[in-house]
Formats: sequence, structure tokens, C-alpha cells
Amino acid sequence: MSTAAATIDHHNDPSTSTGIPNKKLLMWAFLASDCMFFGCLISTHLIYRLHPPPGTPNARDVFSIELTSFSTFILLMSSLMMALAVNAIQKGNLRSLRWSLLTTIFFGCIFLGCQVYEFRNFVFEKHLTITNSILGTTFFTLTGTHGLHVLIGVIWLSGMLIYSFTGRLTEKQAIDVESMGLYWHFVDIVWIVIFTAVYLLEYI
Amino acid sequence: MEALAKADFLEKGERKAKPLVLYRPTAKTGLISWLTTVDHKRIGFLYGITGLFFFIFGGLEALMIRIQLAVPNNTFLTSAQYSEMFTMHGTTMIFLVVMPIGAAFFNFIMPLQIGARDVAFPRLNAFSFWTFLVGAIIVNLGWFMKDGAPDAGWFGYAPLTTRTFSPTHAIDMWVMGLQLLGVASIAAALNFIVTIINLRAPGMTMMRLPVFTWMTLFTSFLIILSFPAITIALVEIMMDRLFGTNFFEVSNGGLPILWQHLFWVFGHPEVYILILPAMGIISEILPTFSRKPLFGYPIVVFSGASIGFLGFGVWSHHMFTTGMGTTATAAFALMTMAIAVPTGVKIFNWIGTLWGGHLAMRTPMMFAIGFLWMFMIGGLSGIMHSAAPADAQQHGSYFVVAHFHYVLIGGSLFALFAGIHYWFPLMFGRKVSEFWGKMSFWLVFIGFNVTFFPMHFLGLQGMPRRTFTYDGNMGWAEGNMIATVGAFILAVGVATYFSTMVYTYYKGERTTKDPWDGRTLEWSLPNPPPEYNFQVIPTVHARDGWWWAKGHRDEIAKEEAEHKKDDDAHGGIHMPFQSIYPFFASCGILVAAIGIAVIDPANTHDYPGFWGPKIAVTILGGAIMFVSVVLWSLEGADGYHIHLNDDGSIKGEEGHGYGSH
Repeated sequence: MSTAAATIDHHNDPSTSTGIPNKKLLMWAFLASDCMFFGCLISTHLIYRLHPPPGTPNARDVFSIELTSFSTFILLMSSLMMALAVNAIQKGNLRSLRWSLLTTIFFGCIFLGCQVYEFRNFVFEKHLTITNSILGTTFFTLTGTHGLHVLIGVIWLSGMLIYSFTGRLTEKQAIDVESMGLYWHFVDIVWIVIFTAVYLLEYI
Repeated sequence: MEALAKADFLEKGERKAKPLVLYRPTAKTGLISWLTTVDHKRIGFLYGITGLFFFIFGGLEALMIRIQLAVPNNTFLTSAQYSEMFTMHGTTMIFLVVMPIGAAFFNFIMPLQIGARDVAFPRLNAFSFWTFLVGAIIVNLGWFMKDGAPDAGWFGYAPLTTRTFSPTHAIDMWVMGLQLLGVASIAAALNFIVTIINLRAPGMTMMRLPVFTWMTLFTSFLIILSFPAITIALVEIMMDRLFGTNFFEVSNGGLPILWQHLFWVFGHPEVYILILPAMGIISEILPTFSRKPLFGYPIVVFSGASIGFLGFGVWSHHMFTTGMGTTATAAFALMTMAIAVPTGVKIFNWIGTLWGGHLAMRTPMMFAIGFLWMFMIGGLSGIMHSAAPADAQQHGSYFVVAHFHYVLIGGSLFALFAGIHYWFPLMFGRKVSEFWGKMSFWLVFIGFNVTFFPMHFLGLQGMPRRTFTYDGNMGWAEGNMIATVGAFILAVGVATYFSTMVYTYYKGERTTKDPWDGRTLEWSLPNPPPEYNFQVIPTVHARDGWWWAKGHRDEIAKEEAEHKKDDDAHGGIHMPFQSIYPFFASCGILVAAIGIAVIDPANTHDYPGFWGPKIAVTILGGAIMFVSVVLWSLEGADGYHIHLNDDGSIKGEEGHGYGSH
């Protein structure tokens, strides 16, 4: 870390001791913390799953594994588009960035739409509500928290998409898109865990 | 500074470039400067002042508790008031006193120790402080309302905290306040982690970091990994209270024991969050006043790491009496005994540092040695608890109260007092009188021991915790009377300590740079340190960087002159712009928190659907926060450059217009 480099851009890219950009390190540390959030919620679900009181609905009767598998697939594909978006901005290709971001947002919205449909279906057709059983309590809290993460991601992606039209988003700011991408991939990975622990586990 | 103090906002010429809401405030004095500050030293000061303010509250609550318990069958407080007192005493002292005063040192000292000009994310740092303040306000709001203060204990065990047993908003405020304190702590900790890993001066390798900085890093990792557990526990109890979910509703399959597990998965690392900074402070003070380097530096660092790591595997020793089964109990007992090892290693290293040193018995050193001794007593009674059968006898008794006050006052607080004394000259350029400093030490030391030592005996005689009165024939009257007298001596000691500090702030003897002949980089700065911290970012050549520099003045001077030239050549010293949006975002959070925790839910007869004041205020707060965060990100992380004269005064400053990058 020489102080003599004449082209240091202090505002956007302070040269760091490790060479890892600050924003990236911040996001990794935050995701470590977020792991613990989801870890606690998933543990709660798994523990309560073992002690259902009489009258608790059977999860297999409630879940629609086809729909959830579809939305899981869509969410995973959105990660692919996110990776392409990061690749695009690193090359300074704004046009490609916009299309990739738009597709990511679109896939994220499909996932959210499926979740809204699923929740409504569970509440009104299957009579599983957040208050009437311990399954409903842990299921809606856990998947709802994940849905909230996706929603925040979609809002962030949309903000970045709009920002890309101001002309201030160049490959110098690629780290902003990249750390957003880290968040988005994390939300997808957590969903894989939730999909396994909450849905697939019921079909073993 | 003159050039910057002209206006609250940028010059006209720069205004054209950006809309009004994105102007960066530039006030250096007055209220606006404090609300918009991003300077780590000012934020540290704000943390410190807030912590000390709540220390008065927490102390008064403790005195009320001691007055009530002074004599048998006392009626000074009702049982309900007593519950509020011990709940708020614990919550205040842990979250609003020891943690923020620790954070004050993290903020003020840590960047100086690693040779940085600020933390990695200055605006996030401001946001952490303001959100902490909002949390503190929400927790304490109950005192001014008919619902009263929270009264379910600082641990808030379910199902006592469910709506069935605590129907008022007092618990809502406690839950919401703790959530926000968690958000603030996590945001601050993330910032410190990035700062320590990424903003070290050239030559400051990890194994040259001052031990206080190491402990800041470990504490920050503990915070980001343990606070999520309590956040989720609080989310669950909040869902139960607001939406009628079944997390802790036994009749629908909820398990109240889950609260205890989640709480202590957070709660035990929290104990180390409170003590690791203290250990860091002690590891700075003992070498300075022993005129020796720290004995076994790598061992002290790795002990800190093992304490942090093992700290996540001992939580259930708080729950030995809940009937977890013998395997779990044995495992947690073993882990608890294991964690005493690195702690003991540290104690021996500190003794090794003192051994054969030229001890200078100044006030910070008195508190530091007091820490060593008192913390050891607390540690030994802690090991007694690790044996599950013994713990079954001591659980819920005054023995436990004695134990954790020895680690939290004799440990954390003594170290924080030592740290305030130690760094006071650096922060304010004035030195505390040795006579009054030592007087306050002896008063605090004697008062503390007279208060808490008898509690060991009271506990073994069977006096339970959290009981608001007791009968005269239990044999507890003498011990309690002695403890109450001790509490007042302690109060006089603390009052002496802070009166001395206030007096010194205004009238104390002025000191020169580096009054203690220190070893770490913060002492290379003039006191108080200028806003930009270092004229030239130091290059570190040895573990005790400043100590080494003092022996190699010529080389250092030559090196610094070169680096200063380079600095000027590529733009000068970069300073971040101030920002109002962290403060606004926290204000939004305050409004939303009031909506969630304080306002009654809508009566569906008066309002259509679920719309009512509660929802409206919550959404309003959320909207304020959202807009603030958007503007925060749009205004960007830009700043300006300053150029210095040789004496450190500011020669010139270039405002960087918006969009210059």
C-alpha cells in the first residue's frame, strides 16, 4: 500500500490494507450476521416441527411442492442474471447491465408473486394461518422474513436500475453492483436451505 | 478550520451541480455540526456522554434497590416498582452504559491506534450512534407513561413477557428498544471490522495491532454473530404480542424454553462483549505504566480469540436448572470450565507484564490493578458456577448477583474508569489531579467490595434474587445493611470520580503531548487530536509503533517528510463530507418504533380495516427512514481535500463538487 500512487481515488476507492474493497468486506460481514438471523429462525422451525400439538395441520397436505419448486427455480435463475449484471458493469456495458438487472427484478417479482399466491392459498383454502397453529406461526414467520429480504433486494435492484440512467454508474462503481449481487446470491442460497428444511423435509 | 466554518452548506458555485436536498452541511461548530458529524472522535464523545448520562440513571435505580433491601420488610418501594427497578437497572447498565462507553473507546481510540483518519463508513457510524440513542429513548419511555417501565427482568423470560402476563406497552417498549440497540450495535460492529481489517496504516500488520484494537475486532465479531439471536427472539415475542402467533403460547405448541436458549445464545457472548474491551484497555495501561512491553502479546491475542470462540458454546450454563438432561449439562459444564483457561492465561500475562517493571502508580494504573484483582475474584466465583451441582444450589441466589457484579463492576467498569483516566489527556488535553483520582479510586474500591462481598454470604444463606423484601428472622438483615452502606460509599466514590472529571474538563492542568510516555500511535498526536488525525499517515515499524518511533526520530522524520510530499502531490488529505441523513433515518426509526411499541392498536369500529393511528405512524416512520436512506445513498461518499502547514494548521481546502467522480 504505497502512498505514492498518484491516481488514488480517495472518495470511491480508498486503497485498503488487504486490497479487498471496503464495501465488499462490509457485505460479507453483514451476510455472516444474516446467516445467524436465518439460522435462529430455521432452528425455531425445525425444533417446533418435532413437537406438533394435536390438531396441527399436516404440512404435506398444505404445501404445494410443484409451485414452490417452480418459484425456487426462478429464484435460482435470477442469480444467473445477477451474475451477468455484475459482469456487465465490470466491463462498463450499461445496456447489458440494464437488461440483466431488469430480468433479475422480473424473476424476483415472479418469486414474490408465487409467495403471495401461496400465502393466500394457505390462509383461505388450506386454513393455515399465522395464529391457528405452531406450523403456521413458524412457516409464515420464516418464509415471510425471507420474502422481505427478496423484496428489499428487488427495491435495491430497481433503485440501481434507475440510477444507471443518471450516467453516474460506471465501471468504477462496479463494487456497488457487486455487493448488491452478493446480497442477492445470499438470499437465494438461504432459500435453498429453507426449501430443503421446510418443504422437502416433509416429503422424506 | 476558518475556511470551513463559513457556511452550513457549500458555496454557491457548487450548488448548481446538485439539487438542494443533496447539499452537504459543513458547519464545524454548533448544533448542526453535532447532528451531521461523521468524525469518529465526535461520535465517540457522543457515545461516552450518553453512556455516562444513563450511568446516573442506572446508579439511582441501584440505590433505590439497596434502600428497599436495607432493612427487613421495608416498604420504600412496592413489589411492582421494585421489579421495574431491577429490570431497568440491568437493561440500562448493560446496554446503555457499558456497551456505549466501550463503543466510545472503539470510536475514539481504535482508528487512532491503527493510524487511520476515520472509520471505513463514517456516515454509517453516525447512524449507529443515533439509532442507539433512539433505542435508549424507547426503552426508557415507560417511565413517563401510565404503563410504567419494563418490569420482566433484563432477560425478559417468556412467557412472563407474553401479552397474557404483561398486557401493557411496557414490554413492547423494552422489546422494540432492544431491537434498535441491536441494529445500532451490529451496524457499528460491521464498521469496526472493516476499519480494522482494511484501514491499517502501512506496516501495521495484524500482529502489530495494539491489543485494544484486537479486542475491538473480537468484540465486533461477537456482536455481529450473537445479536441476531436476540433479535430473532425479540421478533418472535413481538409477533406473539402484536399478531397473536404461538411461539411462546404453550397451549398451541409453543415452547417458552426456546426463549431461554435464544436469549442466552446471545446473552453469554454478550458477557464477553462487555469484558473483552475492558481486557483490551487493561492490556494498554499495564505496559505503559510498567515501562515494559506486554508480556506474551501473541498469547494474549489468541486467548482473546479463544474466549470469543468458546463464548458461543457455553450459553446453557445459565440454564442448568431447567432440566436439559445430563449429557447437555455435562457438555456445557466442561465448556464453561474450558473457557476459564484463556481467561486465566490473560491474568498471568498481565501479572507477567507487571513483574519486574518500573511501576508508576498513577490513577489509571490503580484502576487497572484493581481490575486485575476484582476480576479474578469474579472469575473464581464464575468457575464455581460451572460445576452444575454447585450451580443448582447457587442458581437464582445473591451469590450469582455477587459474581456478576464482580465481573461487571470489578471487571468492566473498573477498566472503563481506568480507560477514561488514561485517555482523558489525549481527548481533552487536560490531566486529572492525582489526589482526587486516587481518592475516587479508593472510595469506589472500598464501596464496591463492601456492597458486593457480603452478597456471596447472603447467597449461600439462601437469599433469592429479585425478591423485593425479606423477613427479619431469615438471618439476612446484617449482610443487607452492610451492602446498602457500601452502595452509598460506592455512590460517593463514583460522584467523586465524575466531579473530578467535570472539574478537569474545565479547569484541569493542561498537559503536553504524550503525557504518559505511551507506546501506541494515538499518543503521537497533539491533544486534542485534530479533525484529520494524522498530518501524515504513520508508517509502522514495530509492534509498539510510537515507542519505536521515539527511538528512531530522524528516520521517522525523513520518512514522514517524503510521505507528506506524496500526499500533497495527489490531492492532500481526504476528508469525508458531513451528512444529515443518518440522523434523519434514525428519526424515522424513532417514529416507526413509537408506532409499533407505544400506540394502541386500532379499534376496528373507529377505523376502516386495519388502518388506524398505529399503522399510520409506523408507515410514516418507515417512509421517513426510506427517503433518508435513498437520499443518503444519492448524496454519495464524496468529500474534500485539505492541505496542511508544517505546524498542522490548515493551509487550504478544496471542496469537491458533486459528481466530480
